[in-house]
Amino acid sequence: MESIRDRVAIIGMGCTKFGERWDADAIDLMVEAAYEAYQDAGVSPKDIQAAWVGTVGSFSTGQALAEALKLDYIPITRCENACATATDAFRNACYAVAAGIYDIVLAMGVEKLKDTGASGLVTPRPMGSDVEPPTPPPAQFALAATRYAHHYGIPMEQLKRILAKIAVKNHHNGTLNPKAHFQREVTEEQVLNAPMIAWPLGLYDCCGVSDGAAAAILVRADWAKSFRDDYVLVKGLGLAVGGRQGLLHDDYDFVHFPENIRAAQIAYQEAGVKNPRKEIDLAIVHDCFTITELILYEDLGFTERGRGPAEVEAGTFTLEGELPVNTDGGLKCFGHPIGASGIRMIYEVYKQLQGKAGPRQIKKTPRLGLTHNLGGRPGSFTAAVALFGGRD
Amino acid sequence: MAGILACGAYIPRFRLGKETAGWGSPLEKAVANFDEDSITMAVAAAQDCLRGLDRSQVDALYFATTTPPYLEQQASALIAEALDLRPTVFATDITNTLRGGTIALRAALDAVMAGSARQALVVAADSRMSAPRGEWERSLGDGAAAVLVGREGGGAEILASHTMTEHMLDTWRTPQDLFVRSWEDRFIAEEGYQRVVPQVVSEFSQRHGVVPKDIDRVALYAPDARRHQDMARRLGFRPEQVVDPLFGKVGNTGAAFTLLLLVSALETAKPGDRILAVGYGDGGDVFLLRATEGVERVRSNRRLVSRHVEAKRILPTYETYARWREVWVSEAARRPPPPMPSVSALWREKEANIRFYGSRCNACGYTQYPPQRVCTKCQAVDQMTPVRLAETYGTVFTYSMDYLAGTIDTPLVVAVVNFEGGGRWLGMMTDREISEVRIGMPVELTFRKLRTVGGVHNYYWKCMPVRA
Repeated sequence: MESIRDRVAIIGMGCTKFGERWDADAIDLMVEAAYEAYQDAGVSPKDIQAAWVGTVGSFSTGQALAEALKLDYIPITRCENACATATDAFRNACYAVAAGIYDIVLAMGVEKLKDTGASGLVTPRPMGSDVEPPTPPPAQFALAATRYAHHYGIPMEQLKRILAKIAVKNHHNGTLNPKAHFQREVTEEQVLNAPMIAWPLGLYDCCGVSDGAAAAILVRADWAKSFRDDYVLVKGLGLAVGGRQGLLHDDYDFVHFPENIRAAQIAYQEAGVKNPRKEIDLAIVHDCFTITELILYEDLGFTERGRGPAEVEAGTFTLEGELPVNTDGGLKCFGHPIGASGIRMIYEVYKQLQGKAGPRQIKKTPRLGLTHNLGGRPGSFTAAVALFGGRD
Repeated sequence: MAGILACGAYIPRFRLGKETAGWGSPLEKAVANFDEDSITMAVAAAQDCLRGLDRSQVDALYFATTTPPYLEQQASALIAEALDLRPTVFATDITNTLRGGTIALRAALDAVMAGSARQALVVAADSRMSAPRGEWERSLGDGAAAVLVGREGGGAEILASHTMTEHMLDTWRTPQDLFVRSWEDRFIAEEGYQRVVPQVVSEFSQRHGVVPKDIDRVALYAPDARRHQDMARRLGFRPEQVVDPLFGKVGNTGAAFTLLLLVSALETAKPGDRILAVGYGDGGDVFLLRATEGVERVRSNRRLVSRHVEAKRILPTYETYARWREVWVSEAARRPPPPMPSVSALWREKEANIRFYGSRCNACGYTQYPPQRVCTKCQAVDQMTPVRLAETYGTVFTYSMDYLAGTIDTPLVVAVVNFEGGGRWLGMMTDREISEVRIGMPVELTFRKLRTVGGVHNYYWKCMPVRA
């Protein structure tokens, strides 16, 4: 097997305003994201030779992308990999470019969720016996929160305080981001007193349901400098897909997500990262729930097992901290249009590496940024980890 | 002589009672949870009855109810599968009559005497309804009873029986009726219950030379407490001979009532005790039983009646009960309506969903649920032994309480359960108090109805705090 490191470059990206976009459907969102990317890359739509579009449930085939962007019968693959969809669309686009089959391609992630009228996430379900608990994601992730407190002997009130600090951190970062759905601060007390969604997770422990799209234009690394100087290189791409092991194995502990660890291992190995805590300058991670972010600090090797709460108390992962996590506000402030989130994450890393993150720009000049994108539920996940860096 | 080999009972956990806001009575009534019906209660009573027995010996199943969930679909077929009986079992539903329990007993005894069954299981269950604040509401209750009969070796032998069949509209329902209908109370009492029961008991007594002082315990059907007390006296029984009919604790459990009171008598019967069981509804049935030296076998390690009566929880509001019965209309949660289940998928998954079989890998010994073809631990393919987990205890490994799922029992408690002896399952918890749910709590499985969509009742198992 070969490494993806330094073989593919991002030369342009776009990201819509995320939120309850009553004004836009999936087509509108794709146009918004793509045309920002074209402009950023300095390319024309006609230059795109192939495309990968990720969506979980907004449409079925790549035809929607062709129709939205008026693409001229080019090959388009529709990708789906739960909440890691966008990163997987991006990943497949990278491999096609690295293989030398295509010179310039588009990776798009999009989701239109707000036409259902429902509270909480609604995902399409194929017909079956329907005996599994009808629980949307909050209850599934809450299983990890309940167990985390028990496993590490932390009183639940104390764990909820730690989780609240993560929500507060991300909300603060979101106030600095005009593309985020939520741009307001919350206090720890507000988080702790919020209505319960799936005990022990309350309203502010959960990311919202929203609409959005994000896009990236990719070329082979050796061609990138003819487009711009500050192109961003793909350093590593890891994907790990679970097979329900955690629900079939009665010894799975619910306080670590093995898929995260495996995906990160692949990405770190490709990028040559030996000490993630020291070598990674910022991380945009999948904070679908506050407990998810807490656990993945440990899974991604940013701290040791069980030390997540101590790091949160120490402020390690704030914007001013040693390793800023979710500088753009995360899923907490963007919401989670499922098929779009992974590329929205890459957008923030891309801008940070280019020094264009404005008030969110981290103090240290970033050289290596990580995105982490997670689908499924504790016991069976699809985890994608990607690493990006500036040109050496 | 044919006799009872084992018995069991089930009474739902919940009650309407003095502390229930909106009930307005100190009398308690047992009410099935929203996910219970006559089929689920029958399974529970039969599980109690069959505990520790080799159920491959059960050749026949007779199920009695006046509240079958389907009109065209055999309830006993589903009950047999939930109990993991053999496919070659003879199963039949005896419906539409309050005397169903005793009719089923008679048919089962005839089968074992004729030799067409070595062991026959009789189960009766009912969940009848009155309109809110209606005439019958305080007398009716939900519950189930089961007895296993065989030709020999019973803990209680059936000495004699008598029957009378008569068409009489005292209480009735058509398929369209949700609530019990009845004619004027004094008419149905005087010309129904108070005429028929003395007649059938007196005919029995004359035929078999039995008088009240020969009887140790009488399990007597009655529509309500007053008529029960009155009838026992009319028949010549002293209060200490009469099995507590559980009015004010459970209520009249319809087709299950007489059998439930018979099981109650068997709970405390001493060898040699003579028990009279009297059923009523479209006629009457009388059975005379005698407890043998082996009567202890019939009831050992079983929950029976009194433990179910005692392990109860009073509902805080009448509204909860009314919502369960769908006579209180509520605004639906902002969730998409549940889809209709695929009938072909339900059929294909019966081993896992109804019989609740997992599989154990022959190569590495790992237990997994649902059954797998490829072992989750060692990847051996098609080397599995089926293992039934429905009656295995478990502990809660982790849980959550979901306020979004939009089920009637919001918050929905979902639990990851680790089974004794291996295996894990993520499922719903029922019959729970939020405050008692914790990691490490012991749970047992219970057969319940998840929901009804498109006319399909979707049955599956849930976990619950160990009952009693």
